[in-house]
Amino acid sequence: MTTISLRDTDSATAATPGSAPVQPFRTAAGGLIDRRRPLEFTFDGARYGGVQGDTLASALLANGVRLVGRSFKYHRPRGILTAGSEEPNALVELRSGARREPNTRATTAELYEGLEALSQNRWPSLRYDALAVNALAAPIFAAGFYYKTFMWPAAFWEKLYEPLIRRAAGLGRAAHAPDPDTYDKAFAFCDVLVIGGGPAGLSAALAAGRAGARVILVDEDHRIGGRLVADRREVAGRSGADWVADSLAELDSMPDVRILGRTTLFGVYDHGAYGAVERVSDHLASPPAHAPRQRMWRITARRAVLAAGAIERPHVFGGNDRPGVMLAGAVRTYLNRYGVLPGRRVALFTSSDDGWRTVSDVVAAGAEVAAVIDTRASVAPGLRHGAEAAGARVILGGAVIGTKGHLALNAIEVVTADGRGETIACDCLAMANGWNPIVHLDSHLSRRPVWDAAIHAFVPDALPSGMAAAGAASGAFTLASCLETGGRAGAEAATACGFAGTSPEVPRTDPESVGHAPLWRVPGSKGKAFVDFQNDVAASDVELAHREGFRAVELLKRYTTLGMATDQGKTSNLAGLGIMAELTGQPIPSVGTTMFRPPFTPVAIGAFAGHHRGKDFRATRHVPSHAWCEEQGAVFVETGLWLRPAYFPRAGESDWLETVNREVNTVRAHVGVCDVTTLGKIDIQGRDALAFIERVCANPFGTLPVGKARYAVLLREDGFVLDDGTVARLGESHFVMTASTANAARVMQHLEFCRQWLWPELDLQMISVSEQWAQYAVAGPRARDTLRAVIDPGFDLSNEAFPFLACADVTVGGGIPARLLRISFSGELAYELAVPAAHGDAAWRAILQAGAGHGITAYGSEALSVMRIEKGHAAGAEINGQTTARDLGLGGMLARKKDYIGRLMKERPALTDPDRPILVGFRPVDPGQRLRAGAHFLAIGAAPSLEADEGSMTSVAFSPSLGHWIGLGLIRRGPERHGQRVRAYDPVRNGDIEVEICSPVFVDPNEEKLRV
Amino acid sequence: MRIRCPHCGERDNGEFSYLGDAAPVRPDGPNASAEAMHDYVYLRDNPAGLHRELWYHAAGCRSWLVVTRDTRSHEIHEVAPARDVALSRRRGEVA
Amino acid sequence: MRYSVLSVLGQALRGQRDWRPQWRDAAPKAEYDVVVVGGGGHGLATAYYLAKEHGITSVAVLEKSHVGSGNVGRNTTIVRSNYGLPGNIPFYERSMKLWEGLEQDINYNAMVSQRGVLNLYHSDAQRDAYARRGNAMRMAGIDAELLDREGVRAMVPFIDFDNARFPVKGGLLQRRGGTVRHDAVAWGYARAASDRGVDIVQNCAVTGIRRENGRVVGVETGRGFIRAKKVALSVAGSTSLLAAMADLRLPIEAHVLQAFVSEGVKPLIDTVVTFGAGHFYVSQSDKGGLVFGGDIDGYNSYAQRGNLATIEDVMEGGMALWPGLGRLRLLRHWGGIMDMSMDGSPIIDRTPVDGLYLNAGWCYGGFKATPAAGYCFAHLVARDAPHADAAAYRLDRFATGRLIDEKGMGAQPNLH
Repeated sequence: MTTISLRDTDSATAATPGSAPVQPFRTAAGGLIDRRRPLEFTFDGARYGGVQGDTLASALLANGVRLVGRSFKYHRPRGILTAGSEEPNALVELRSGARREPNTRATTAELYEGLEALSQNRWPSLRYDALAVNALAAPIFAAGFYYKTFMWPAAFWEKLYEPLIRRAAGLGRAAHAPDPDTYDKAFAFCDVLVIGGGPAGLSAALAAGRAGARVILVDEDHRIGGRLVADRREVAGRSGADWVADSLAELDSMPDVRILGRTTLFGVYDHGAYGAVERVSDHLASPPAHAPRQRMWRITARRAVLAAGAIERPHVFGGNDRPGVMLAGAVRTYLNRYGVLPGRRVALFTSSDDGWRTVSDVVAAGAEVAAVIDTRASVAPGLRHGAEAAGARVILGGAVIGTKGHLALNAIEVVTADGRGETIACDCLAMANGWNPIVHLDSHLSRRPVWDAAIHAFVPDALPSGMAAAGAASGAFTLASCLETGGRAGAEAATACGFAGTSPEVPRTDPESVGHAPLWRVPGSKGKAFVDFQNDVAASDVELAHREGFRAVELLKRYTTLGMATDQGKTSNLAGLGIMAELTGQPIPSVGTTMFRPPFTPVAIGAFAGHHRGKDFRATRHVPSHAWCEEQGAVFVETGLWLRPAYFPRAGESDWLETVNREVNTVRAHVGVCDVTTLGKIDIQGRDALAFIERVCANPFGTLPVGKARYAVLLREDGFVLDDGTVARLGESHFVMTASTANAARVMQHLEFCRQWLWPELDLQMISVSEQWAQYAVAGPRARDTLRAVIDPGFDLSNEAFPFLACADVTVGGGIPARLLRISFSGELAYELAVPAAHGDAAWRAILQAGAGHGITAYGSEALSVMRIEKGHAAGAEINGQTTARDLGLGGMLARKKDYIGRLMKERPALTDPDRPILVGFRPVDPGQRLRAGAHFLAIGAAPSLEADEGSMTSVAFSPSLGHWIGLGLIRRGPERHGQRVRAYDPVRNGDIEVEICSPVFVDPNEEKLRV
Repeated sequence: MRIRCPHCGERDNGEFSYLGDAAPVRPDGPNASAEAMHDYVYLRDNPAGLHRELWYHAAGCRSWLVVTRDTRSHEIHEVAPARDVALSRRRGEVA
Repeated sequence: MRYSVLSVLGQALRGQRDWRPQWRDAAPKAEYDVVVVGGGGHGLATAYYLAKEHGITSVAVLEKSHVGSGNVGRNTTIVRSNYGLPGNIPFYERSMKLWEGLEQDINYNAMVSQRGVLNLYHSDAQRDAYARRGNAMRMAGIDAELLDREGVRAMVPFIDFDNARFPVKGGLLQRRGGTVRHDAVAWGYARAASDRGVDIVQNCAVTGIRRENGRVVGVETGRGFIRAKKVALSVAGSTSLLAAMADLRLPIEAHVLQAFVSEGVKPLIDTVVTFGAGHFYVSQSDKGGLVFGGDIDGYNSYAQRGNLATIEDVMEGGMALWPGLGRLRLLRHWGGIMDMSMDGSPIIDRTPVDGLYLNAGWCYGGFKATPAAGYCFAHLVARDAPHADAAAYRLDRFATGRLIDEKGMGAQPNLH
């Protein structure tokens, strides 16, 4: 064994305060970074330096920091495996306070000045993690061990076992405070969506763009180019990076091409809908003023080209998780793109030709190649000679079976083709076990990829209609084939959209070979060989799953948790399948494929919600009198999207009840006005309008004359009450129907259904005019007097000329058209005046002014509700979708001689059972007691049980008219039981009182006030 | 999901609300039987495959539409105004 | 091998060598007393209770894919018995009681975690509706508490109390509600049923239901005809398709319901919370991921996936309720196919075909019902009479009007 001096994590030193941080593993030159823009950042509180263009991972490596995290279950030291979004190990808590982002991949987090990151899942520190003792208990913590124990005693689960498991699980810590940043939503439409900006994607975008198609190209990286900015390649005589720059410049010059970098296409949905998230400000310390943190794009594309590339596969061998063990492609990325040495003495463990490419890159960067171990017995002589020329030992037909080092790699254990063991010093091991096409997006629409035996990988099969794969995502791994398939896919996509697409000439590239023979696990490994790094699933766990019968891929996955971590198994799923295939003696495709679920990489919940949060969660609808109500200090209540005034407190009133009582008393003694605009208003016109109304309403309308309104009951087809309202006949063929606030939209939809689908032959039109008309209830003995001063002179408001249930077109304010109905919810002499919404505020103020001399009050939804309960009118609490007209005491008004919606179904035996609860009134036996809606009724003396349940209280109010609480409720055979006493049982509020059944009409039962 | 409204063009499914199977025909009129009404209200073929179904363009033109959609793939084969379909049904045309 | 801390430690020392398949991967026999179609939670529980409670062990569970491949592994793992209607209350309480003793009964840790289910209310009307429900629960001897705003704040102080569009006014709490590790329920029942002699036959899709003289005599499968005296369908999501094989039309539609899980994080929330002003509910799994869900997409579907409009709606609800969620990341979303029934409640009943039994129509409430559905369905199949706790789940209730419509939405499945 060669003895060398290595700088590993133990010796990596943070900068001392005040000094310029040195980056000992940064190469002297090269890379696609801006060395003139140094940055400082902290990791676990220690200060380090990086440069613009770094990721957190590349900057950590530049500083010699290789230990960056602890594993999920065993708390093993972990480093950086990859250079991209597939990273399973290097997860950190980024930022702090309310902006803390747990589980952030250091490999994709762009470095910015002042970046703060903490390692996670360790205590007290990353280097000395107490839970590393879990590793000693690893033999116990096999897959699924928890299903077999922690069962006794039963009560210990919630109290002891589960809290311990929960505290140990979960990786990073989420912020608890509200997210201070904003998220934007954007919608985009294009002909051709190109997913991925590597050689294939760029070629596709160029071909489609040149044809004139509207193109959107998205790439998750902050630097577009894919492997062309990670490997040293040649395209058309230029460096790969230069070809990328030229291509982007050309695309940029096209007016209908949009390039979205830092944007992850995370999901594919039906019919060409795609979800993408753009990280607008994540590369900054905080978003600039007025800028969102992220932007959610909903892209609708006619065609898409999937050019998302491929992910390299690790080898599964003992100790393959030790910091310093890295994918070969990632090693090259750090060397070539970031100018960082992942190690000074690098070994390569490969099963594929492309892995060998690492050798020359390491040498070019000034580091040493310790050895190349290829699992294949022979390789092309050119590969071998190149490595040997670089001074590397070449071991063919061998394998790495173990690793050494305390917190990071310092040597590997190798077995040669003839079975000899050997230890080779190195501080970085590059693994190359072939590549998996990124087929994730293909499976979002439930398609399963197919096995391509030639490349030992799954490739997209029948893609979703409108999508084509190109480049490495389609299994075309050479650069030349990426450029060719990309260009062709772009041209074909443009052609399919009606443009004349032509495949561009394929530029010349440097030669390469892609020979490959994967090894799913290394036999004879020493120690745990990890398959899924993030969830700590080892090859032995796959064996255990096999032994216990969890062999189908979904069972394997769920039992071992393989592929269930935040990386969704991007680097592990195939190895799991490969090992299970070996164990079962089946080919891989027979074991199955896993379905990748969206999103491709985890997406912030805030991005999906966009601006729909806080007060903007849903739109707020204001009534036309809102401004006045605010001026008056009204208390508002949310009613669906509406904000309605609930009551109007006045100085000196001590609580809401005093206010509401005053409003009710004023209406009953004088006059009040209430904004009832929230009711649905549906204008129905046409020759067959009346016939239509007859069919949708359960009560008869044939005798309704012009100028009259009538109460209306609508049933659902299943016989239950849908809603109630009024129908006013304004003309021979002109009606206006109202619906309750809560049901306005549903009733409108129902009526349109009846008109368009059930009875298309009827000649009528309808439209919702809820927004167009402000509507005010003016109620109380002085209502007529008040309205006389509002309605233009000349209209006769007298009881004879305009009796109860009359309706008419009138004018207000000197010619403004208005509608007047004499209907009453309160039981008083009352009108509803509707004016065009634009005049709503003025009309409201005019009514209050006109009523000032009559003692008018504005009243809100609370007083409205009190008065309707006093009158026994059913409302939302009673019309709850579970009640029939008969239950509500409305059975008598239903038509007997017509067909209408719900006619037949309401006659079902259970709905006509005389034992059903029916609406009646209730008053407390002790008038000082308060009633509560939601209480259930029991016979006095009956023990509470479901069998003893006789019904429940639906609405209650304090009646200022009577001086005690009153209630409405549904109770078995209610109307037969007036005068009987029952218990109102309300254990969830410790209520249990006696109440007396009575008529639901508490005030003015003979309707004397209504018709004066 | 994108639905091509015959009046408004292709829109996101969030603009629409869904009712269900368009196959059942309401037993209209005073002579309809309770049994037929029960079947109309409650029983569904619920196929895995092509399904003619009623959607309402609530946030658009307020048209009811008959959408022919594959319930396995969500692929939409046809969209027609429900009123037109209903009228041709009345005329005894195959619809 | 019996599972215990001793067997786990013992196997740790022996390199886990002696574990055996948790259930026998049986080949189908020619004939059984009972064939249960569907190897999900309900079907496996049915087989288990047929054997355990009724001594019927000539039972096969036929599963078209593998054990637990349907909704039992696709739900949001919540268990509760906070229903309000008399047809539902005893049934779901039976289920809750079975959950409480399940692990010891089947010797499998399904991680039944009674961490409480809290339904928030945002208006007086909602409060009263919850009081009505909570009182009904209490009358049946089930725990229910009506919390005010401060009571809610004490449990979940981090939700939005100050800037909400629909302010939280309180909640209905069932402390005995909680979560259960869903897959383990399927595996545990499979193992326990298999141990009692039940054949669990995977990769065995039923392609036909053979009848003679109006009576079921067996099922055609991808692995041949299997004779059976009784056939019990327990195939949520595919119910209509199986029923059609016996020429039955049902009051059921298949709908997709999406579910979501976030990245794993350290403990954030230790109860299940349901938003009352939007479609969103959330809990945290033992692994640390927040598990959440919302409304069904709303259209018939047999594709196990949904669309963005619903996803956004759910996340909006999440942010409205809990604005600290913004930076937490959604890890996965997926869909399951629900048997949406016409009144929102299930069916456990005989069918018009002799010997054919139906357990269906669970809407999105099937997981919590698993033990009781198995228990009551086994009772029905064994004795040809409904179990008292499931007596309301009749197929003819749509004709008689004895509906069990908790939400009062009527015969429109996507509104339940």
